[in-house]
Amino acid sequence: MLNKDQIAQRIAKEVKNGQYINLGIGIPTLVANYIPDNLEVVLQSENGLLGIGPFPTEDKVDPDLINAGKQTITMTKGSALFSSAESFAMIRGGHVQLTILGAMEVSENGDIANWKIPGKMVKGMGGAMDLVASADNIIVAMQHCSKDGQSKLLKECSLPITGIRCVKKIVTDLAVLDVLPEGGFKLLERAPGVSVEEIQSKTEGKLVVEGEIPEMTFEV
Amino acid sequence: MINKTVANAEEAVKDVFSNAVLMFGGFGLSGIPENSIKALLKKDLKGLTCISNNAGVDDFGIGLMLQKRMVKKMISSYVGENAEFERQLLSGELEVELIPQGTLAERVRAGGAGIPAFFTPAGVGTEVAEGKEIREFDGKLYLLERWLKADFAFVKAWKGDTAGNLIFKGTARNFNPMMAAAGKITIAEVEELLPAGELNPNEIHTPGIYVQRIFQGKDYEKRIEQRTVRK
Repeated sequence: MLNKDQIAQRIAKEVKNGQYINLGIGIPTLVANYIPDNLEVVLQSENGLLGIGPFPTEDKVDPDLINAGKQTITMTKGSALFSSAESFAMIRGGHVQLTILGAMEVSENGDIANWKIPGKMVKGMGGAMDLVASADNIIVAMQHCSKDGQSKLLKECSLPITGIRCVKKIVTDLAVLDVLPEGGFKLLERAPGVSVEEIQSKTEGKLVVEGEIPEMTFEV
Repeated sequence: MINKTVANAEEAVKDVFSNAVLMFGGFGLSGIPENSIKALLKKDLKGLTCISNNAGVDDFGIGLMLQKRMVKKMISSYVGENAEFERQLLSGELEVELIPQGTLAERVRAGGAGIPAFFTPAGVGTEVAEGKEIREFDGKLYLLERWLKADFAFVKAWKGDTAGNLIFKGTARNFNPMMAAAGKITIAEVEELLPAGELNPNEIHTPGIYVQRIFQGKDYEKRIEQRTVRK
Protein backbone atom coordinates (compact mmCIF):
# COMPACT_ATOMS: atom_id res chain seq x y z
CA MET A 1 0.00 0.00 0.00
CA LEU A 2 1.12 3.52 -0.74
CA ASN A 3 1.21 6.27 1.87
CA LYS A 4 0.14 9.81 0.97
CA ASP A 5 3.63 10.86 -0.08
CA GLN A 6 3.98 7.84 -2.34
CA ILE A 7 0.63 8.60 -3.99
CA ALA A 8 1.92 12.12 -4.64
CA GLN A 9 5.23 10.72 -5.88
CA ARG A 10 3.45 8.42 -8.36
CA ILE A 11 1.22 11.24 -9.63
CA ALA A 12 4.29 13.41 -10.19
CA LYS A 13 5.36 10.93 -12.90
CA GLU A 14 2.34 12.06 -14.96
CA VAL A 15 3.57 15.64 -15.08
CA LYS A 16 4.98 16.75 -18.42
CA ASN A 17 7.45 19.48 -19.25
CA GLY A 18 5.86 22.87 -19.96
CA GLN A 19 2.53 22.22 -18.25
CA TYR A 20 0.43 24.70 -16.30
CA ILE A 21 -0.96 22.75 -13.34
CA ASN A 22 -3.54 23.30 -10.61
CA LEU A 23 -2.99 21.27 -7.44
CA GLY A 24 -5.85 20.79 -5.02
CA ILE A 25 -5.64 20.76 -1.24
CA GLY A 26 -4.22 17.70 0.59
CA ILE A 27 -2.27 14.97 -1.23
CA PRO A 28 -2.27 16.97 -4.51
CA THR A 29 -0.31 19.77 -2.81
CA LEU A 30 2.38 17.19 -1.97
CA VAL A 31 2.86 16.42 -5.69
CA ALA A 32 4.89 19.64 -5.99
CA ASN A 33 7.59 18.04 -3.81
CA TYR A 34 8.16 15.25 -6.35
CA ILE A 35 8.16 17.04 -9.71
CA PRO A 36 11.61 16.34 -11.20
CA ASP A 37 13.95 19.34 -11.28
CA ASN A 38 14.52 18.96 -15.02
CA LEU A 39 10.86 19.74 -15.78
CA GLU A 40 9.72 23.34 -16.19
CA VAL A 41 6.14 23.58 -14.98
CA VAL A 42 4.03 26.41 -13.57
CA LEU A 43 1.68 25.86 -10.65
CA GLN A 44 -1.56 27.85 -10.64
CA SER A 45 -3.30 28.96 -7.47
CA GLU A 46 -6.95 29.79 -8.15
CA ASN A 47 -6.90 32.77 -5.80
CA GLY A 48 -4.80 34.56 -8.39
CA LEU A 49 -1.23 33.38 -8.98
CA LEU A 50 0.71 31.56 -11.66
CA GLY A 51 4.07 30.40 -10.32
CA ILE A 52 3.68 29.06 -6.77
CA GLY A 53 7.06 28.70 -5.09
CA PRO A 54 8.05 26.85 -1.92
CA PHE A 55 6.76 27.79 1.52
CA PRO A 56 8.55 30.92 2.79
CA THR A 57 11.24 31.02 5.43
CA GLU A 58 10.02 32.66 8.64
CA ASP A 59 11.39 36.11 7.66
CA LYS A 60 9.67 36.04 4.23
CA VAL A 61 6.11 35.28 5.41
CA ASP A 62 3.69 37.67 3.64
CA PRO A 63 -0.05 37.74 4.55
CA ASP A 64 -0.72 39.08 1.05
CA LEU A 65 0.70 35.95 -0.55
CA ILE A 66 -1.24 32.75 0.09
CA ASN A 67 -2.36 29.70 -1.88
CA ALA A 68 -5.91 28.41 -2.28
CA GLY A 69 -5.48 26.44 0.96
CA LYS A 70 -4.74 29.79 2.67
CA GLN A 71 -1.15 28.72 3.39
CA THR A 72 1.62 31.30 3.15
CA ILE A 73 3.72 30.76 0.00
CA THR A 74 6.37 32.38 -2.19
CA MET A 75 6.46 33.13 -5.91
CA THR A 76 8.82 31.65 -8.49
CA LYS A 77 10.70 33.75 -11.03
CA GLY A 78 8.33 34.75 -13.84
CA SER A 79 5.21 34.67 -11.68
CA ALA A 80 2.04 36.57 -12.53
CA LEU A 81 -0.71 37.82 -10.23
CA PHE A 82 -4.33 38.39 -11.23
CA SER A 83 -7.92 38.55 -10.01
CA SER A 84 -10.22 35.61 -9.24
CA ALA A 85 -12.22 36.34 -12.42
CA GLU A 86 -9.06 36.14 -14.54
CA SER A 87 -8.00 33.01 -12.67
CA PHE A 88 -11.18 31.13 -13.46
CA ALA A 89 -11.23 32.48 -17.00
CA MET A 90 -7.92 30.70 -17.57
CA ILE A 91 -9.30 27.57 -15.88
CA ARG A 92 -12.58 27.46 -17.82
CA GLY A 93 -10.78 28.54 -21.00
CA GLY A 94 -8.74 25.33 -20.90
CA HIS A 95 -5.37 27.03 -20.42
CA VAL A 96 -4.55 25.07 -17.27
CA GLN A 97 -3.50 21.72 -18.70
CA LEU A 98 -3.49 19.43 -15.68
CA THR A 99 -5.68 19.40 -12.58
CA ILE A 100 -4.86 17.15 -9.66
CA LEU A 101 -7.40 16.91 -6.87
CA GLY A 102 -8.68 14.69 -4.10
CA ALA A 103 -11.99 12.83 -4.09
CA MET A 104 -14.33 11.05 -1.71
CA GLU A 105 -15.81 8.94 -4.52
CA VAL A 106 -15.30 8.41 -8.26
CA SER A 107 -17.70 6.50 -10.49
CA GLU A 108 -16.77 4.21 -13.36
CA ASN A 109 -17.91 6.84 -15.89
CA GLY A 110 -15.62 9.49 -14.35
CA ASP A 111 -18.08 11.35 -12.10
CA ILE A 112 -16.43 12.80 -8.99
CA ALA A 113 -17.84 13.57 -5.54
CA ASN A 114 -15.62 15.59 -3.24
CA TRP A 115 -17.49 18.52 -1.71
CA LYS A 116 -20.35 17.48 0.51
CA ILE A 117 -21.35 14.68 2.89
CA PRO A 118 -25.07 14.60 3.76
CA GLY A 119 -25.61 15.14 7.47
CA LYS A 120 -22.29 16.92 7.91
CA MET A 121 -21.69 20.67 7.89
CA VAL A 122 -21.38 21.86 4.31
CA LYS A 123 -18.28 23.96 3.81
CA GLY A 124 -18.75 24.68 0.13
CA MET A 125 -17.31 23.60 -3.18
CA GLY A 126 -14.76 26.40 -3.50
CA GLY A 127 -13.23 26.17 -6.97
CA ALA A 128 -13.64 22.41 -7.39
CA MET A 129 -16.74 22.51 -9.61
CA ASP A 130 -15.16 25.03 -11.98
CA LEU A 131 -11.95 23.00 -12.18
CA VAL A 132 -13.56 19.63 -12.86
CA ALA A 133 -16.01 21.07 -15.39
CA SER A 134 -13.22 22.67 -17.39
CA ALA A 135 -9.99 20.67 -17.32
CA ASP A 136 -9.24 18.19 -20.10
CA ASN A 137 -6.88 16.22 -17.92
CA ILE A 138 -7.96 15.46 -14.36
CA ILE A 139 -6.01 13.12 -12.10
CA VAL A 140 -7.53 12.15 -8.76
CA ALA A 141 -5.52 11.28 -5.65
CA MET A 142 -7.58 9.25 -3.19
CA GLN A 143 -7.78 6.30 -0.83
CA HIS A 144 -9.20 3.21 -2.54
CA CYS A 145 -11.53 2.44 0.38
CA SER A 146 -13.14 4.33 3.23
CA LYS A 147 -11.92 3.79 6.79
CA ASP A 148 -14.58 1.08 7.27
CA GLY A 149 -13.44 -0.75 4.14
CA GLN A 150 -16.10 0.42 1.64
CA SER A 151 -14.91 0.89 -1.94
CA LYS A 152 -14.72 4.51 -3.12
CA LEU A 153 -14.40 3.50 -6.78
CA LEU A 154 -18.05 2.92 -7.56
CA LYS A 155 -20.57 2.15 -10.28
CA GLU A 156 -22.30 5.39 -9.34
CA CYS A 157 -21.36 8.00 -6.76
CA SER A 158 -23.55 7.94 -3.65
CA LEU A 159 -22.48 11.39 -2.43
CA PRO A 160 -23.50 14.69 -4.08
CA ILE A 161 -21.61 15.09 -7.35
CA THR A 162 -18.96 17.77 -7.98
CA GLY A 163 -18.71 17.11 -11.73
CA ILE A 164 -19.73 14.55 -14.32
CA ARG A 165 -17.61 12.41 -16.67
CA CYS A 166 -14.44 14.31 -15.97
CA VAL A 167 -11.88 12.11 -14.17
CA LYS A 168 -9.26 10.60 -16.51
CA LYS A 169 -6.86 8.88 -14.11
CA ILE A 170 -6.86 7.79 -10.47
CA VAL A 171 -3.95 7.04 -8.17
CA THR A 172 -5.00 5.34 -4.93
CA ASP A 173 -3.07 3.68 -2.12
CA LEU A 174 -3.57 0.39 -4.02
CA ALA A 175 -3.43 1.10 -7.74
CA VAL A 176 -3.15 3.37 -10.77
CA LEU A 177 -6.23 3.26 -12.97
CA ASP A 178 -7.55 5.00 -16.07
CA VAL A 179 -11.22 5.84 -16.41
CA LEU A 180 -12.23 4.49 -19.82
CA PRO A 181 -14.31 6.73 -22.12
CA GLU A 182 -16.86 3.92 -22.45
CA GLY A 183 -16.93 3.46 -18.66
CA GLY A 184 -14.91 1.28 -16.30
CA PHE A 185 -11.66 1.49 -14.33
CA LYS A 186 -8.74 0.10 -16.33
CA LEU A 187 -6.08 -1.24 -13.99
CA LEU A 188 -2.62 -0.03 -15.02
CA GLU A 189 -0.36 -0.62 -12.02
CA ARG A 190 -0.49 -2.25 -8.59
CA ALA A 191 1.02 -0.82 -5.43
CA PRO A 192 3.95 -2.89 -4.12
CA GLY A 193 2.67 -6.06 -2.47
CA VAL A 194 -0.95 -5.58 -3.57
CA SER A 195 -2.53 -8.28 -5.75
CA VAL A 196 -4.96 -7.86 -8.64
CA GLU A 197 -7.45 -9.91 -6.61
CA GLU A 198 -7.27 -7.48 -3.70
CA ILE A 199 -7.83 -4.51 -6.02
CA GLN A 200 -10.72 -6.36 -7.66
CA SER A 201 -12.32 -7.09 -4.30
CA LYS A 202 -12.00 -3.45 -3.25
CA THR A 203 -13.36 -1.93 -6.48
CA GLU A 204 -17.15 -1.84 -6.61
CA GLY A 205 -17.28 -0.33 -10.11
CA LYS A 206 -16.34 -2.26 -13.24
CA LEU A 207 -12.62 -3.12 -13.17
CA VAL A 208 -10.94 -3.88 -16.50
CA VAL A 209 -7.84 -6.07 -16.21
CA GLU A 210 -5.90 -6.89 -19.38
CA GLY A 211 -2.74 -8.98 -19.29
CA GLU A 212 -0.08 -8.76 -16.60
CA ILE A 213 -0.42 -5.75 -14.30
CA PRO A 214 3.00 -4.41 -13.30
CA GLU A 215 3.91 -3.37 -9.79
CA MET A 216 4.78 0.31 -9.33
CA THR A 217 8.40 1.17 -8.94
CA PHE A 218 9.83 4.12 -7.05
CA GLU A 219 13.25 5.52 -7.65
CA VAL A 220 14.83 6.46 -4.35
CA MET B 1 -9.79 65.08 -11.00
CA ILE B 2 -12.77 64.14 -8.84
CA ASN B 3 -11.72 63.73 -5.22
CA LYS B 4 -13.22 60.56 -3.69
CA THR B 5 -11.53 60.86 -0.31
CA VAL B 6 -13.49 60.53 2.92
CA ALA B 7 -11.99 61.08 6.36
CA ASN B 8 -12.27 57.58 7.77
CA ALA B 9 -14.13 54.26 7.79
CA GLU B 10 -17.00 55.59 9.92
CA GLU B 11 -17.76 58.31 7.40
CA ALA B 12 -17.38 55.89 4.50
CA VAL B 13 -20.06 53.52 5.86
CA LYS B 14 -22.43 56.20 7.22
CA ASP B 15 -25.36 55.44 4.91
CA VAL B 16 -25.21 51.63 4.92
CA PHE B 17 -28.73 50.46 5.80
CA SER B 18 -30.35 47.32 7.18
CA ASN B 19 -31.36 44.65 4.62
CA ALA B 20 -28.79 46.00 2.15
CA VAL B 21 -26.81 43.73 -0.19
CA LEU B 22 -23.08 44.07 0.52
CA MET B 23 -20.00 42.72 -1.24
CA PHE B 24 -16.68 42.14 0.50
CA GLY B 25 -13.40 41.54 -1.31
CA GLY B 26 -10.93 38.99 0.01
CA PHE B 27 -9.93 35.35 -0.16
CA GLY B 28 -9.89 33.79 3.28
CA LEU B 29 -8.60 36.67 5.41
CA SER B 30 -6.28 37.97 2.68
CA GLY B 31 -7.30 41.30 1.15
CA ILE B 32 -10.40 41.82 3.29
CA PRO B 33 -11.61 45.37 4.10
CA GLU B 34 -10.71 45.21 7.80
CA ASN B 35 -11.45 48.88 8.55
CA SER B 36 -14.84 48.95 6.87
CA ILE B 37 -15.91 45.76 8.68
CA LYS B 38 -14.93 47.30 12.03
CA ALA B 39 -16.93 50.43 11.21
CA LEU B 40 -19.98 48.38 10.17
CA LEU B 41 -19.83 46.53 13.49
CA LYS B 42 -20.44 49.83 15.32
CA LYS B 43 -23.70 50.41 13.43
CA ASP B 44 -27.07 48.95 14.32
CA LEU B 45 -27.59 46.90 11.16
CA LYS B 46 -29.74 43.85 10.55
CA GLY B 47 -30.82 41.59 7.69
CA LEU B 48 -27.73 42.10 5.56
CA THR B 49 -26.98 39.92 2.56
CA CYS B 50 -23.22 39.48 2.29
CA ILE B 51 -21.53 38.37 -0.91
CA SER B 52 -18.00 37.23 -0.14
CA ASN B 53 -15.93 34.22 -1.19
CA ASN B 54 -15.58 33.22 2.48
CA ALA B 55 -17.26 34.15 5.74
CA GLY B 56 -14.23 34.99 7.84
CA VAL B 57 -13.35 33.12 11.02
CA ASP B 58 -15.13 33.27 14.38
CA ASP B 59 -13.27 36.30 15.70
CA PHE B 60 -12.19 38.11 12.53
CA GLY B 61 -13.56 39.44 9.27
CA ILE B 62 -17.19 38.76 8.41
CA GLY B 63 -17.22 36.28 11.31
CA LEU B 64 -17.52 39.32 13.60
CA MET B 65 -20.65 40.47 11.74
CA LEU B 66 -22.13 37.00 12.17
CA GLN B 67 -21.43 37.16 15.91
CA LYS B 68 -23.50 40.37 16.05
CA ARG B 69 -26.37 38.73 14.09
CA MET B 70 -26.16 41.39 11.40
CA VAL B 71 -26.25 38.92 8.52
CA LYS B 72 -29.39 37.29 7.12
CA LYS B 73 -27.78 35.60 4.13
CA MET B 74 -24.28 34.69 2.94
CA ILE B 75 -23.46 34.13 -0.72
CA SER B 76 -20.06 32.39 -0.82
CA SER B 77 -18.06 29.53 -2.31
CA TYR B 78 -16.46 28.19 0.88
CA VAL B 79 -17.49 28.82 4.47
CA GLY B 80 -15.43 26.44 6.62
CA GLU B 81 -13.39 27.48 9.64
CA ASN B 82 -16.26 29.23 11.42
CA ALA B 83 -18.13 27.62 14.34
CA GLU B 84 -20.62 30.47 14.86
CA PHE B 85 -21.47 30.33 11.17
CA GLU B 86 -22.20 26.63 11.52
CA ARG B 87 -24.37 27.16 14.59
CA GLN B 88 -26.49 29.87 12.92
CA LEU B 89 -26.83 27.82 9.76
CA LEU B 90 -27.99 24.69 11.58
CA SER B 91 -30.42 26.68 13.73
CA GLY B 92 -31.92 28.33 10.66
CA GLU B 93 -30.96 31.89 11.66
CA LEU B 94 -28.68 32.21 8.66
CA GLU B 95 -29.36 31.46 5.02
CA VAL B 96 -26.48 30.36 2.78
CA GLU B 97 -26.14 30.17 -0.98
CA LEU B 98 -23.04 28.26 -2.04
CA ILE B 99 -21.70 29.04 -5.50
CA PRO B 100 -18.72 27.56 -7.37
CA GLN B 101 -15.84 29.99 -6.90
CA GLY B 102 -15.32 30.73 -10.58
CA THR B 103 -19.06 31.24 -11.05
CA LEU B 104 -19.09 33.64 -8.10
CA ALA B 105 -16.19 35.62 -9.56
CA GLU B 106 -17.83 35.75 -12.99
CA ARG B 107 -21.30 36.64 -11.63
CA VAL B 108 -19.76 39.60 -9.82
CA ARG B 109 -17.70 40.54 -12.88
CA ALA B 110 -20.87 40.34 -15.01
CA GLY B 111 -22.71 42.57 -12.53
CA GLY B 112 -20.12 45.28 -12.91
CA ALA B 113 -19.81 44.84 -16.66
CA GLY B 114 -23.50 45.00 -17.62
CA ILE B 115 -23.83 41.34 -18.62
CA PRO B 116 -27.07 40.04 -17.07
CA ALA B 117 -26.30 36.33 -17.52
CA PHE B 118 -23.80 33.90 -19.02
CA PHE B 119 -23.28 30.18 -19.57
CA THR B 120 -20.68 28.20 -17.62
CA PRO B 121 -19.83 24.49 -17.43
CA ALA B 122 -19.29 24.60 -13.65
CA GLY B 123 -21.98 22.70 -11.77
CA VAL B 124 -23.56 20.84 -14.69
CA GLY B 125 -24.98 17.55 -13.37
CA THR B 126 -24.78 18.75 -9.75
CA GLU B 127 -27.26 20.27 -7.32
CA VAL B 128 -25.95 23.72 -8.34
CA ALA B 129 -27.74 23.23 -11.67
CA GLU B 130 -31.16 22.63 -10.10
CA GLY B 131 -33.74 25.02 -11.51
CA LYS B 132 -31.29 26.61 -13.95
CA GLU B 133 -31.47 26.63 -17.73
CA ILE B 134 -29.08 24.14 -19.36
CA ARG B 135 -28.01 24.54 -22.95
CA GLU B 136 -25.68 22.60 -25.22
CA PHE B 137 -22.96 24.42 -27.15
CA ASP B 138 -20.70 22.44 -29.51
CA GLY B 139 -21.56 19.16 -27.78
CA LYS B 140 -21.00 20.25 -24.19
CA LEU B 141 -23.56 21.26 -21.56
CA TYR B 142 -23.54 24.64 -19.82
CA LEU B 143 -25.80 26.29 -17.29
CA LEU B 144 -27.13 29.81 -17.19
CA GLU B 145 -25.94 31.98 -14.31
CA ARG B 146 -27.05 35.56 -13.55
CA TRP B 147 -25.11 38.63 -12.58
CA LEU B 148 -24.64 39.78 -8.99
CA LYS B 149 -24.74 43.41 -7.90
CA ALA B 150 -24.61 45.12 -4.53
CA ASP B 151 -25.84 48.26 -2.80
CA PHE B 152 -22.37 48.67 -1.30
CA ALA B 153 -19.08 46.98 -2.21
CA PHE B 154 -16.19 47.05 0.26
CA VAL B 155 -12.73 46.54 -1.19
CA LYS B 156 -9.21 46.72 0.14
CA ALA B 157 -6.19 47.74 -1.93
CA TRP B 158 -2.50 48.22 -1.25
CA LYS B 159 -2.19 51.70 -2.74
CA GLY B 160 -4.81 54.12 -3.93
CA ASP B 161 -5.09 57.76 -4.92
CA THR B 162 -7.64 60.47 -4.22
CA ALA B 163 -9.20 59.80 -7.64
CA GLY B 164 -10.08 56.26 -6.49
CA ASN B 165 -7.52 54.43 -8.61
CA LEU B 166 -6.34 51.22 -6.94
CA ILE B 167 -3.31 48.92 -6.99
CA PHE B 168 -3.45 45.56 -5.23
CA LYS B 169 -0.61 43.48 -3.84
CA GLY B 170 0.05 39.76 -4.18
CA THR B 171 -2.92 37.42 -3.92
CA ALA B 172 -4.80 40.04 -1.89
CA ARG B 173 -6.29 41.18 -5.22
CA ASN B 174 -8.66 38.17 -5.60
CA PHE B 175 -12.32 39.34 -5.70
CA ASN B 176 -11.62 43.02 -5.02
CA PRO B 177 -11.46 44.36 -8.62
CA MET B 178 -14.74 42.78 -9.75
CA MET B 179 -16.54 43.79 -6.57
CA ALA B 180 -15.35 47.38 -7.00
CA ALA B 181 -17.21 47.47 -10.31
CA ALA B 182 -20.34 45.65 -9.06
CA GLY B 183 -21.18 47.99 -6.18
CA LYS B 184 -23.63 50.88 -6.55
CA ILE B 185 -21.50 52.58 -3.89
CA THR B 186 -17.97 51.18 -3.74
CA ILE B 187 -15.90 51.97 -0.68
CA ALA B 188 -12.17 51.36 -1.00
CA GLU B 189 -9.76 51.31 1.92
CA VAL B 190 -6.05 51.40 1.20
CA GLU B 191 -2.81 50.93 3.09
CA GLU B 192 -1.36 54.00 1.41
CA LEU B 193 -3.48 56.87 0.08
CA LEU B 194 -1.66 59.17 -2.33
CA PRO B 195 -2.58 62.39 -4.14
CA ALA B 196 -3.92 61.94 -7.69
CA GLY B 197 -0.97 61.77 -10.06
CA GLU B 198 1.32 59.88 -7.70
CA LEU B 199 0.39 56.44 -9.03
CA ASN B 200 1.71 55.29 -12.39
CA PRO B 201 -1.36 55.07 -14.68
CA ASN B 202 0.25 52.05 -16.40
CA GLU B 203 0.14 50.09 -13.17
CA ILE B 204 -3.43 50.76 -11.99
CA HIS B 205 -5.52 47.60 -11.55
CA THR B 206 -8.89 49.22 -10.77
CA PRO B 207 -9.67 52.59 -12.39
CA GLY B 208 -11.21 55.17 -10.08
CA ILE B 209 -14.48 55.28 -12.03
CA TYR B 210 -15.61 52.25 -10.02
CA VAL B 211 -14.80 53.77 -6.63
CA GLN B 212 -17.14 56.28 -4.96
CA ARG B 213 -15.29 56.66 -1.62
CA ILE B 214 -11.70 56.01 -0.61
CA PHE B 215 -9.96 56.32 2.73
CA GLN B 216 -6.63 55.67 4.37
CA GLY B 217 -6.98 52.48 6.41
CA LYS B 218 -5.20 51.99 9.70
CA ASP B 219 -4.00 49.29 12.11
CA TYR B 220 -4.05 46.48 9.57
CA GLU B 221 -3.86 43.15 11.34
CA LYS B 222 -3.66 41.01 8.15
CA ARG B 223 -4.25 37.82 10.06
CA ILE B 224 -2.79 34.63 8.55
CA GLU B 225 -4.97 31.50 8.59
CA GLN B 226 -2.33 28.89 7.74
CA ARG B 227 1.13 30.12 8.60
CA THR B 228 3.29 27.63 6.73
CA VAL B 229 7.08 28.00 6.65
CA ARG B 230 10.17 26.03 5.66
CA LYS B 231 13.39 25.91 7.60
